[in-house]
Amino acid sequence: MENKIYRVGMADAKVTQSPGILTTIGLGSCVGIVLYDPITKVSGLVHIMLPYSNKMSDNSNKLKFADTGIQILIEEMVKLGANPKRLISKIAGGAQMFSSKINSDIMNIGERNAVATKEVLGKLGIPIVAEDIGGNYGRTIEFYSEDGRLLVKTIGYGIKYI
Amino acid sequence: MRNVDINRLNEMYLDILKELGNIGAGNAITALSTMIGKKVDMQVPKVKILDFQEVSDIFGSADTIIVGIYFDLDGDVKGNILFALDIKSAASLIWSLMGLEVKEEFDELEKSALEEIGNIMAGSYVASLSTLTSLNMKISPPAISIDMAGAILSVPAIKYGEISDKILFIETQFIEGEKLIKGDFFLIPDINSFDLILKALGVEVNGK
Repeated sequence: MENKIYRVGMADAKVTQSPGILTTIGLGSCVGIVLYDPITKVSGLVHIMLPYSNKMSDNSNKLKFADTGIQILIEEMVKLGANPKRLISKIAGGAQMFSSKINSDIMNIGERNAVATKEVLGKLGIPIVAEDIGGNYGRTIEFYSEDGRLLVKTIGYGIKYI
Repeated sequence: MRNVDINRLNEMYLDILKELGNIGAGNAITALSTMIGKKVDMQVPKVKILDFQEVSDIFGSADTIIVGIYFDLDGDVKGNILFALDIKSAASLIWSLMGLEVKEEFDELEKSALEEIGNIMAGSYVASLSTLTSLNMKISPPAISIDMAGAILSVPAIKYGEISDKILFIETQFIEGEKLIKGDFFLIPDINSFDLILKALGVEVNGK
């Protein structure tokens, strides 16, 4: 199989097997959540925008939220042969793109997304093995299912593997 | 309050929203033209309704670096406003306004000047709509970010995401006479404010 690159948009998710690559470009206050089964190398990436589905009036797009997004991602990964008990995670994003001069909820939504993501993963017993969260800058991430590396690229804040 | 269904907005509503963009952006761009002492042309506003997956690519690619100046819109009409420029245009704007040549990065003074330009433009935009509709609208102080387009656009998208699975925005592009400054002005009204805007303009809601 070639190293196919799957692009994940906002409120979107994709799953792949080794050596597929999962990417999401320009993560701001959203959180990119990678789940990975190190044995089968089945991998998934969901790009969530909001914390919890039950707090919203319109929750028809399940991939918009941390709780339902992670749930669906796991289901899709199991179909590809992942064992949910073996899953580990890497997360990135949750930035505050604009300074807090604007004093509204939307300004700390990045932090709320990150907190909700950690809570949901915690309840599911999925360890977070690496994270790059917060700050006031955007991130582009690429996950290599072949070896489990997550590349995080920024404008002016460097490039690194986590 | 009954919501307008974003998927079922008919042509008439879209035309009204375009006209709002026309009036608001017309005023904003006149303000810009006065500030820099140059002619600025404006294109016909576009009303776009996009899925979130499509939003981050409206500047070509989600990793295009842009200068974004963001405002919360509050009062009777809620939502947000984003004024976006590419890096070159922002530097030309600083040059036109202050006679300063931007080095590799924008410094604090230059960022603050861009915020202020955005503030004057957004203020003119909102003031003209407020006069037209007799609705109260006020903007927050400006906040600037120079980063990937996708990351900047995630902010209004998330706000919309709380109430809808699609985002509606009124986009007006403008270009300075010598084509050195190109920019985009986005009014992103909260979907719950539609009823109010349309009623204020004497339009019967729900397509009767």
